[in-house]
Amino acid sequence: MSTVVENPPVANPFQPPRTAHNARRRASNILIIVFSLLATAFAVVVLLFLLLYVLRAGLPFINVALFTRIPTPNGEPGGGLANSIQGSLILVGLASLFGIPLGLFTGIYLSEFGRGSIALGVRFLVDVLNGIPTIIFGLFAWIFIVVPQQSFSGLAGGVALGIIMIPIVARTSEEVLRLVPKELREASLALGATESRTILRVVIPAARNGIITGIVLAMARVAGETAPLLMTAFGNPFFNSDITQPMDALPLRIFNFAESPYPAQINQAYAGSLVLIVLILLTSFAIRWATGGFQRSGR
Amino acid sequence: MTIQVRNLNVWYGHSQALHDVNLTIESQGVTAIIGPSGCGKSTFVRCLNRMHEEIDGGRVEGEVLIDGINIYTRAIKPIYVRSHIGMVFQRPNPLPTRSIFENVAIGLRLNGLASGTYLKERVEHSLKQAALWDEVKDRLDDTASQLSGGQQQRLCIARALAIEPKIILMDEPCSALDPISTFQVEELIRELSNSYTVVIVTHNMQQAGRVADRTVFFLQGKLIEEGETEKFFAHPAKKETEDYITGRFS
Amino acid sequence: MLFRGFTLLLVLIVVAVILGVAWILVSNSMPTIQHFGLSFLSNQAFDPVHNIFGVAPAIFGTLVTSAFALIFAVPIGVGTAIFLVDFCPRPLQMPLSFIVELLAAVPSVIYGLFGFLVLAPWLQTSGQPWLQRYLGFLPFFQGQFHGLGLLAAGMILVIMVLPLITSVSREVILTTPTAQREALLALGSTRWEVIRYAVLPYSRIGITGGVILALGRALGETMAVTMVIGNQASAISPSLFSTGYTLSSVIANQFGEATPGLFFSAVIEAGLLVFIITLITNVIARILIYRMGRVGGLAV
Repeated sequence: MSTVVENPPVANPFQPPRTAHNARRRASNILIIVFSLLATAFAVVVLLFLLLYVLRAGLPFINVALFTRIPTPNGEPGGGLANSIQGSLILVGLASLFGIPLGLFTGIYLSEFGRGSIALGVRFLVDVLNGIPTIIFGLFAWIFIVVPQQSFSGLAGGVALGIIMIPIVARTSEEVLRLVPKELREASLALGATESRTILRVVIPAARNGIITGIVLAMARVAGETAPLLMTAFGNPFFNSDITQPMDALPLRIFNFAESPYPAQINQAYAGSLVLIVLILLTSFAIRWATGGFQRSGR
Repeated sequence: MTIQVRNLNVWYGHSQALHDVNLTIESQGVTAIIGPSGCGKSTFVRCLNRMHEEIDGGRVEGEVLIDGINIYTRAIKPIYVRSHIGMVFQRPNPLPTRSIFENVAIGLRLNGLASGTYLKERVEHSLKQAALWDEVKDRLDDTASQLSGGQQQRLCIARALAIEPKIILMDEPCSALDPISTFQVEELIRELSNSYTVVIVTHNMQQAGRVADRTVFFLQGKLIEEGETEKFFAHPAKKETEDYITGRFS
Repeated sequence: MLFRGFTLLLVLIVVAVILGVAWILVSNSMPTIQHFGLSFLSNQAFDPVHNIFGVAPAIFGTLVTSAFALIFAVPIGVGTAIFLVDFCPRPLQMPLSFIVELLAAVPSVIYGLFGFLVLAPWLQTSGQPWLQRYLGFLPFFQGQFHGLGLLAAGMILVIMVLPLITSVSREVILTTPTAQREALLALGSTRWEVIRYAVLPYSRIGITGGVILALGRALGETMAVTMVIGNQASAISPSLFSTGYTLSSVIANQFGEATPGLFFSAVIEAGLLVFIITLITNVIARILIYRMGRVGGLAV
């Protein structure tokens, strides 16, 4: 018979002896449940609060003018963020021009060709790129393009954003390419296709969804970036589609207006934030849905 | 301790794994559960210490009475059932970063059953029962991962024995072990059968023949036949049993 | 192989870009590196008039805000991960983890906007007075209320690094072998005991990696911090209410003023410091996380 330290044997051995030890165990178990629940609640509440606040503050100022007019001077009512939105579209497009091919082919290299220490080195460098704060790329483009040209420009902004896209696209592409079954490649090669054909016509199409997801992810990421644009695209209160000139972007405008003394501009900062958030939310949902993230099983 | 299983029905989510199982396992001695893969023998054994419900979607209906008390009543919490039943798993699973001593002691510490010198005595006793003491007595502070597979499994047995359960459940305890370790563990099981109720799941019929007093045969979630081991293998009553024993399917 | 060659060419360009970033930072910081050497780290301000540049208060601000962020984000983040894996009802697991991950998707300028327009004013009128009243004996909560400052920046950073810690911890906890959990369950452990003796020891290394990643993120965060930290030089003091700046906010604020020469070089050197710090934390974190084996699909 096992000896229970404090109490005499109970009639029902499956009822816990009422010791202080067991009470402590129960208490610490309940404590961890409560604590972890509160922690989760904190995160959820914060996000919901943020979203709802921006919604409430920005929604009244969403109107057609927001998307068609440029900011009014001195915070006069009216006006919009059309130039910022246009600028953002151009910048993201420009960034994609650099970032997508460079990222995608790096992903292809790492998945299809890379062997040994060189591939390790490349992967390491790509990971390094991923962890660098984005303002550094702004500095890079500032020194590399803005200073020699003596002018802020959309081009510099696009380059900085493009560099940010590279590791995101590279990593997601590599991952999905690796998932393509080896048999598919072997079958294609066995049929006489060259390596490049196999990759271009068989492997990449098989991984197409994942690659597109990665690209969309990267584009959404850079659409919200501000820091690297401060010293490159710089911002522009007017419409500008000339990439050799300063260009506006939605996050830049939000930054600008948030600290403005004019209430009208603050309102538009909220409106712009709402547009940006909705965009990000939609992309996040779409990505999750596309990758089946809603059906993944837990433990 | 006697185990009485009455009308046990068990599910994984929507698929039923055990159908209306009724069985009585007498105190002391070894009972072997045999059957082909997927027949539900592991599931059955895990219902005896309420481990099945820890699985996502695991559901149990029916009664399991241990010494007359139904462990599936609402008033009884699973953790206090499990602290009276020892379990040994298919792959040895000691806590890898903890010492040999700590691995055996942990059950005692958690349940508040011993401390100080008394704890050391219990640990030593359990390691002796598991026939591991001589091999580890000089290195109790070594991490458990430094032991061989067979030694680790005996460590797990010592761990299970330390909390002085009345019932010991073993789920294919030798399937990951080499023949020598298997032999040692089987010897151990025979020794334990004198003081404990041992239920062992095995896919190896020869093993059942070697260690078990009684044998139970499961097929597709149903209990087909059970009986005293010698008679069971010599004159199986049901055709399915005979087919399995003679290797018509495995 | 034309295709191979093309691929290699692009990879080469990427490598060149990375090395180019490092090179440009180093070469353009040379003037101040040579001029100030290590005293750059101890000089108190960016003083173009007297041509003295230093980042001591910036380093202080960076360290304080990041430390504050981790002190709160680690328990909350790991706690959330534990809840999501071990206690959360199945149907809620996916939606809740999704919501927590959304926190990571919000652009930092929006956190900055929220901090500047909502959090800071609230701190100034309610939060900081409350803290001073009840906890004012601590040097952290003494001094003037500005709303903006180290406290606001720290609080925003907590929210920003939280999703990172949660998602890494969650992925790592999910890889805890069931055998380990079962070993403890079979002995009659409570849920907490399983976590404490099986899950956490196993996940410790990976979670630490996640924390270090979060540290790197906090050290390099620019926009949100710039908007709420006040960007005013104030004496280095233990009070969290004081304003200050971080290495990144220095860059953001000063690049426009930077005249060619030492000033310009100083801004770049601040960038070089950020680069080096985040590089080191990133490498350490990755080593730790990869030591746990490849944790698939980790969106860091």
